[in-house]
Amino acid sequence: MSQDTVNAKTTIEAAGRISRSALPSRLFAIAKHGFSILLTFVGLTAITFIIGRVMPADPVLAIVGDRASNEVYEAMRLQLGLDKPLIQQYLIYLSNILQGDFGTSIMTTRPVLDDIIRFFPATLELATIATIFGVFLGIPMGVLAAVNQGRLIDHVIRIIGLFGYSVPIFWLGMVALLIFYAGLGWLPGPGRIAVYYDGIVEARSGIILLDSALQGEWEIFWNALHHLVLPASMLATFALAYIARMTRSFMLDQLNQEYILTARVKGLSEGAVIWRHAFRNVLVQLITIIGLTYASLLEGSVLTETIFAWPGIGQYITTSLFNADMNAVIGGTVVVGICFVGVNVLSDILYRIVDPRSHD
Amino acid sequence: MTLKSVALATAFAVAAAMPMAGPANAGTPKNMLIMAKNIDDLITLDPAEVFEFTGGEVIANVYDRVMMFEPEDLTTLVGGVTESHTISDDGKTIVFKVRAGQTFHSGNPVTAADVAFSLRRVVKLKKTPSFILTQFGWNKGNVDGLIKTVDAMHVSVTMAADFSPGLLLNALSAGVGSVVDMKEVMKHAKDGDFGYGWLKNHSAGSGAYSLQTWNANEIVSLSAHAGYRHGAPAMGRIVMRHVPEPAAQRLMVEKGDADMARDLTPDQIKGMMGNADIVVGDYPKAALIYMATNNAHPILGKDKVRQAIRYVVDYKGMADSFLAGQYKIHQAFWPSGLWGSLGETPFEMDLAKAKALLAEAGHGSGFEIVIDTLKKSPYPEIAQSVQAALAKIGVKSQIILSEGKTLWPKYRARKHQLIVAQWSPDYVDPHSNADAFAHNPDNRMEAKLTGKLAWRTSWENPSINAMTESAAKELDLVKREKLYMDLQRKVQMDGPFTVMFQKSEQVASRKNVKNFVSGANFDLVFYRTITK
Amino acid sequence: MTDQPTETGLKEWLLSDTPQSVAQARCQRLYLAWLSFSANPIAMLGLTIIVVLVGMAAAAPLLTGGDGTEQALANRLQPPSIAHWFGTDELGRDIYDRIVWGARITLYIVGLVAIIVVPIGLLVGTVAGYVGGWVDIILMRVTDIFLAFPRLILALAFVAVLGPGLENAVLAIALTTWSPFARISRAETLTIRNAEHILAARVQGASTARIIVHHVTPLCLSSVIVRLTLDMAGIILVAAGLGFLGLGAQPPLPEWGAMISTGRQYMLDQWWVATIPGLAILIVSMGFNLLGDGLRDVLDPRSGGTS
Repeated sequence: MSQDTVNAKTTIEAAGRISRSALPSRLFAIAKHGFSILLTFVGLTAITFIIGRVMPADPVLAIVGDRASNEVYEAMRLQLGLDKPLIQQYLIYLSNILQGDFGTSIMTTRPVLDDIIRFFPATLELATIATIFGVFLGIPMGVLAAVNQGRLIDHVIRIIGLFGYSVPIFWLGMVALLIFYAGLGWLPGPGRIAVYYDGIVEARSGIILLDSALQGEWEIFWNALHHLVLPASMLATFALAYIARMTRSFMLDQLNQEYILTARVKGLSEGAVIWRHAFRNVLVQLITIIGLTYASLLEGSVLTETIFAWPGIGQYITTSLFNADMNAVIGGTVVVGICFVGVNVLSDILYRIVDPRSHD
Repeated sequence: MTLKSVALATAFAVAAAMPMAGPANAGTPKNMLIMAKNIDDLITLDPAEVFEFTGGEVIANVYDRVMMFEPEDLTTLVGGVTESHTISDDGKTIVFKVRAGQTFHSGNPVTAADVAFSLRRVVKLKKTPSFILTQFGWNKGNVDGLIKTVDAMHVSVTMAADFSPGLLLNALSAGVGSVVDMKEVMKHAKDGDFGYGWLKNHSAGSGAYSLQTWNANEIVSLSAHAGYRHGAPAMGRIVMRHVPEPAAQRLMVEKGDADMARDLTPDQIKGMMGNADIVVGDYPKAALIYMATNNAHPILGKDKVRQAIRYVVDYKGMADSFLAGQYKIHQAFWPSGLWGSLGETPFEMDLAKAKALLAEAGHGSGFEIVIDTLKKSPYPEIAQSVQAALAKIGVKSQIILSEGKTLWPKYRARKHQLIVAQWSPDYVDPHSNADAFAHNPDNRMEAKLTGKLAWRTSWENPSINAMTESAAKELDLVKREKLYMDLQRKVQMDGPFTVMFQKSEQVASRKNVKNFVSGANFDLVFYRTITK
Repeated sequence: MTDQPTETGLKEWLLSDTPQSVAQARCQRLYLAWLSFSANPIAMLGLTIIVVLVGMAAAAPLLTGGDGTEQALANRLQPPSIAHWFGTDELGRDIYDRIVWGARITLYIVGLVAIIVVPIGLLVGTVAGYVGGWVDIILMRVTDIFLAFPRLILALAFVAVLGPGLENAVLAIALTTWSPFARISRAETLTIRNAEHILAARVQGASTARIIVHHVTPLCLSSVIVRLTLDMAGIILVAAGLGFLGLGAQPPLPEWGAMISTGRQYMLDQWWVATIPGLAILIVSMGFNLLGDGLRDVLDPRSGGTS
């Protein structure tokens, strides 16, 4: 059975257990959950930190360059605190993080936190729009396929979905650029916005669409929207495929059950059967799926951002990795990790709220 | 619900498909030059710290230097911020006269104090390029006494080591010779850092442009300095947009979204040949691609093996195919087109000879090595070409492609076997490359002369060392040139280096862009002459 | 069955109602599974693609002129033609040859990852689920850490540490892929743990290890295999992504992702250099997904999708 159905099932059991016990132990459960999340974080930072120090790319050379004499090299090494024992370095780093100081990025010479605030909204933009598309197109497609199981429309939708998540997104992006930018000229090329618009809109939320709309700069708004189309479509293809597939799977689960037969026998219209009964029950599991999709788009954006020169967190982390800019890598990874876990926790919570079975 | 969501999706699609609002492909604004370039090597804009290509180019346009090469005549060294100089009889002191009437971007006047401050600052901060000045014997203890102001408009510079004054003048035309605005910089100084923290991403110069914005890996934006000594430049703004993909650069310049594309490959240039809107300029550069073997390697260190390697390279095949137009064959360590260069190319591909040499060295049955090089084109292609040729003489090789930051540590730790890399002079004087390729006064591991290629390759030749040192001191220009030619011949024959190609940058620009000047060295690039 | 002519030997043996041995019963189960699998056209399509892939990889020397590393600088970037079915790349190598030999690399990656990931996932999951308590908590926290890590970035980081190369890429992918399998195994183990035959085995004195290996693991196997096949496409895509970023197979190996990467700069005029490897990845990826879907329909009819 699909992993997600399994997840759903264990969560239902857990939810049931919680509502049965008294309030203090419910709080205890939440605390335990919170503690385990914290532990996951520490583990995350530790692993990333170790990776950083074990990397063959030299962070000192990244700053001083290949021509540096040994003297300059050693001076910088001391300055970066790389001569201290590993554990001490890690503890210093951890205590800094807790105070909100992620260190300075070698590459951008700015504090990593500033960089993350700059780059994260770009990725959020892509992931959000792609997920919205995935949801509004994928769910209806999935329902349609399930309802018409075995017929042509079902096969067609399954193939479309299959394509969506078998295709290497970076390749699709390249081909799309070739066709729509180079060939037809319908859409603009790589980048988030045209160069001459850069810096005009004050970055309040970091999301150009929002900022430009709020400040009434409509030319910039449309320009940004046009630049969004291709990269968002690439990610949307994947989101759509995945959501449609899962929706279909869940709907089939439901449609094969007795209560549906009962509802039909009772004379309810097909529409009511599908949407008011089957789909309602599926909604709960879909929330987990949508959460998973969003999270995986956040971290999967790396390749798309590379192709489209999109200044997001994915390419920030990757470029920093190649430049041995470990503060940036750890900072970026921790933030993405937080989102990942955060989205999962959120959907867990939503799930428990919405799931009728957990309300005993 | 289905209908609604379909409607929504269609609305999005329609909105996106609307014809582009705004200047629909009307090209770039008239007084702004937009350059598509890969600027990911830019990590600092402090002239005391800049040592890489993009940074070097930017500060060349933001700061005037003590001595300069001007775009109107790239072969003659003239005064930049200084208008004249006198050399003492013993050749150890030069007194410079600062031009009157120059202003910094802040409005402050340029004085001798600024010049002295700028040079002292380089020595005291001791960043990577400081060796260009500290090689003259200056350190933070003595520099205040040796570089000082004589009066408001005169600076005196005294060397504490034996070098030809011609070398000193050339060194002062490097990035470390940039003159910064002392008052402005010290306003932002913290904890005695001479403004280092601030100048990293700001500017305080007197050049044709001032720095408006730098967002790493995104954009560099310069704006014109109206009070520049040669007059305000034609382009009011210069914008360098980070476009890491050469293919994307090409598209941008073809569609008019950019005025210039700087990193196009030979294949892309060929693909644009028919385009009437694009003009391709060729600019010979001083960058060399070379191969180096590790002399400490038991097999590669043998004389005959070292020589055999030189005959395994398909110079002509590569230069005529994937390198055509951007790299030409050059086999000496000082690039052609500069004073002191050697044009002789004694080597060509000769597998039979290579195999014979290997047999003479006792390795006729072949051996295995690792080839390290960079990930960017054309290095992987060159490495694969060498790999295929080596295979034909019985040498099996494995290629490892890495980023620079991963490769340099390996090279500096002498852990490579065969490496294909690039070298560009730090300043325009043959000593810059001689010091790297030929000079290795102390081959011990502890000496850590990691800035020298001869040390990295564990190659020590006392007579060549001596030759390098005397050439650096030689006062007679004719004799000095001859010494460098001889030195290059010796290194060609005996050294662990196989110099293969010299770069020629090809810049594709829109046909209305004119007068872009790009000289041999990486920082001899001028924006102030550009017109549209 | 009485008014039909008696079935010939093998088929009768496979279809008989009364299997004479455990082995026969197993064969029968497999045969019936195969029948239902082959009735599904989509699954068969997937199987066909994979069979072609394996065939291509195995017969590579027979199907190609060289091993895809022969350079011919004078012949570079030629469009598809009779001489070169898919054209030539930037060093004059035949792309068709490289695609066929690249199939070996693809299979190598997928196979190696599977061999590493399944045992580890099963081990961690079953032990955690069966033993419970602190062991469970610790193992699950470790699993969660790996799950919380952005997958591609973790793979990138590992390869960056280990150095580029095919084996290191495989290791990195394996490290990022094993956690869901542990989760699945654990979930299955939790449901099975209190089943009657497990309790019976325990009462009979079977050790924990024996129970886990002989009783619990086989029951988890089908979910794990389904998940593996479904994940294979994902593995291929991650491998291609790593190859695209230059972290996988090093030149001159014809790894498809790396081929797309080098072909990228020629996209405008010589589109075939980058497009064809991408198509290959797409087709193989789809094949594995189709196969996985089919397998799931057969092995796990509860999850919906049977016709």
